[in-house]
Amino acid sequence: MAILIDKNTKVLVQGLTGAQASFHTQRAMAYGTNVVSGVVPGKRGQRHLDLPIYNTVECAKRLTGANASIIYVPAPFCKDAIIEASENGIETIVCITEGIPTLDMLDVKAAIDLNGSRLIGPNCPGVITPGQCKMGIMPESIHMPGSVGIVSRSGTLTYEAVNQSTLSGFGQSTCVGIGGDPVPGSDFIDMLRMFQDDPDTKAIVMIGEIGGAKEEAAAEFIKEYVTKPVVSYIAGVTAPKGKRMGHAGAIIDGGKGTANEKYAALERAGVCTVRTITSIADALKEVHP
Amino acid sequence: MNLHEYQAKNLYRKYDIPTTKGKLLTHPSQLDDILRTIGKDRWVIKAQVHTGGRGKAGGVVLVDSKAEANEEVRRLLGSRLITHQTTNEGQPINSIYIEEPSDIVQQIYLAFIVDRTTQRVMIITSSEGGVEIEEVAEKTPEKILRNPINPVVGIMPAQCRQICDDLNLDKTLSAQMIDLMQKIYKMFVENDLSLVEINPLVVTKQGYLICLDGKVQVDNSALYRQTKMNEIRDESQEDSRELKAEKLDLNYVSLDGNIGCMVNGAGLAMATMDLIQTFGGEPANFLDVGGSVNEKRVIEAFGIILSDEKVDGILVNIFGGIVRCDIIAAGIISAVEAMNINIPIVVRLEGTNAKEGLELIKNSTVSVYEEHDLNKAAQKIIELTKEQGAN
Repeated sequence: MAILIDKNTKVLVQGLTGAQASFHTQRAMAYGTNVVSGVVPGKRGQRHLDLPIYNTVECAKRLTGANASIIYVPAPFCKDAIIEASENGIETIVCITEGIPTLDMLDVKAAIDLNGSRLIGPNCPGVITPGQCKMGIMPESIHMPGSVGIVSRSGTLTYEAVNQSTLSGFGQSTCVGIGGDPVPGSDFIDMLRMFQDDPDTKAIVMIGEIGGAKEEAAAEFIKEYVTKPVVSYIAGVTAPKGKRMGHAGAIIDGGKGTANEKYAALERAGVCTVRTITSIADALKEVHP
Repeated sequence: MNLHEYQAKNLYRKYDIPTTKGKLLTHPSQLDDILRTIGKDRWVIKAQVHTGGRGKAGGVVLVDSKAEANEEVRRLLGSRLITHQTTNEGQPINSIYIEEPSDIVQQIYLAFIVDRTTQRVMIITSSEGGVEIEEVAEKTPEKILRNPINPVVGIMPAQCRQICDDLNLDKTLSAQMIDLMQKIYKMFVENDLSLVEINPLVVTKQGYLICLDGKVQVDNSALYRQTKMNEIRDESQEDSRELKAEKLDLNYVSLDGNIGCMVNGAGLAMATMDLIQTFGGEPANFLDVGGSVNEKRVIEAFGIILSDEKVDGILVNIFGGIVRCDIIAAGIISAVEAMNINIPIVVRLEGTNAKEGLELIKNSTVSVYEEHDLNKAAQKIIELTKEQGAN
């Protein structure tokens, strides 16, 4: 089963002809991902990586049956690209691009929430269901089909967790990088809910970092809803307190946001926490059913 | 990117947001002219630095005479202001804003900020504005009001009326406040701001609302379309190494330790620092080389790490995804050769093209330690820098 994507997912690539998009789409296809088409405005009728290119998502969906889209277009055009995918009924949208203006993302969130689309990212490594479908830029070789669901705000930290769960023999059901932007399309809670409801996922690894209050909110949710074992690492215990300007940030976070506060909240929710990223495998061995 | 108070107030004026009369001073010789055109016998002298807590730290002073104004300007200009929001080095004062004082009846707190939790622009208000606002928030959180703005419809009159009601403003002040909040939201959206904080927003004896302070932050991701903001950026307020790194598209923060770190991804960079400290070492920096790194940028990253004289050794930790390890390896080899680096370097490469990267290093003449296991890599660099420090 896995979550979000599997072997039946038909992927379209927005911004297919760019260098990064080409490199990673080629690898995704070699991995067995069912990539069906690309959308690049102005390039209708061309072919790239032996895929048909269309000007619009509407065409790509109608003619190739795409139900998921991965977006590599430059930041200034992402608001348009994400909303286009959502308005045309694409269920799962993954946006890799970093540097999208925050106010653009506020608009995007409001628009796609109305359509019920699921956005992963932006500024993220994407999603992979090992052995079935890869929508992202992660190194596929470290993955292995299995039973651990992994969700993380950080790209490269996700890879560390994946690597350890593979080496320790558990493998992964699905791995999701939700991205590190202030306004992500999905947060920990969305993914935790899906992993809890997915019969293939037996244990969950959640990797957070300092700043914001998403890990604290996730801790509350785990207490209420998640019965599967959760292992968690929070990056930045030793990070120095940043310089800041004004009081609004401190007021709005209300004392949340440091690694220690996040660890405390997670431990209160019964989560198995680790203080170094290299201890994830050991923790999994302990809690995995 | 942060704006100075005087820049924020120039922006306010463009949107017809009420502020007091003020002038900027960058040299003491300008003082006489300024005092003649502004106010009568009392002035507020305000250090222009990118930080809060200026008032408590002596960066905002009320003076009663020209002689006193002169004294304060000479004291502040060219010095550094240290507040509870800055580092121990403080921020350089290169300019001073001089204003006429206001007759204050009440201080209100008003801020617009992008709130990550609700994913809305949030209006934060309190009837108890002023320098103690963080204490108010901590001890009496019920005195802090929050009203999110729905981006689809923008700021609505009803929520503005609600805020005025909750702040207990009378009819004339409410009319001013509603107008003010709508103008601020317009300014917020049109300029891609991430923060506008007015503390205090004062009610004057004459019955007017006036913005006495202005903390404005621009979303760095939107600077490509806010080109005017780029022109007024004051780089003297930013750490020079961090600024140089930013121009090279590297994310760098200098720290106190002696182990230089070069990592891809902010999360992994923090985790690497955490690991070094767990094993008893001290990182010299946080450095995220980012996702679109190439050979040249790796060399530049080494340059920045090595510009910190405290560095006794470097740990390179790359988990390739979008970043390819062979490109990093080529960069490391070129950097070591070109810069003649003679401090120990431990390299851990994993992920995309890691094998190819390790091959490159093995086949080169440079001497760097390669360690596959991250724990061992961290322990190795700590051990080597201890030896290096002892030499």
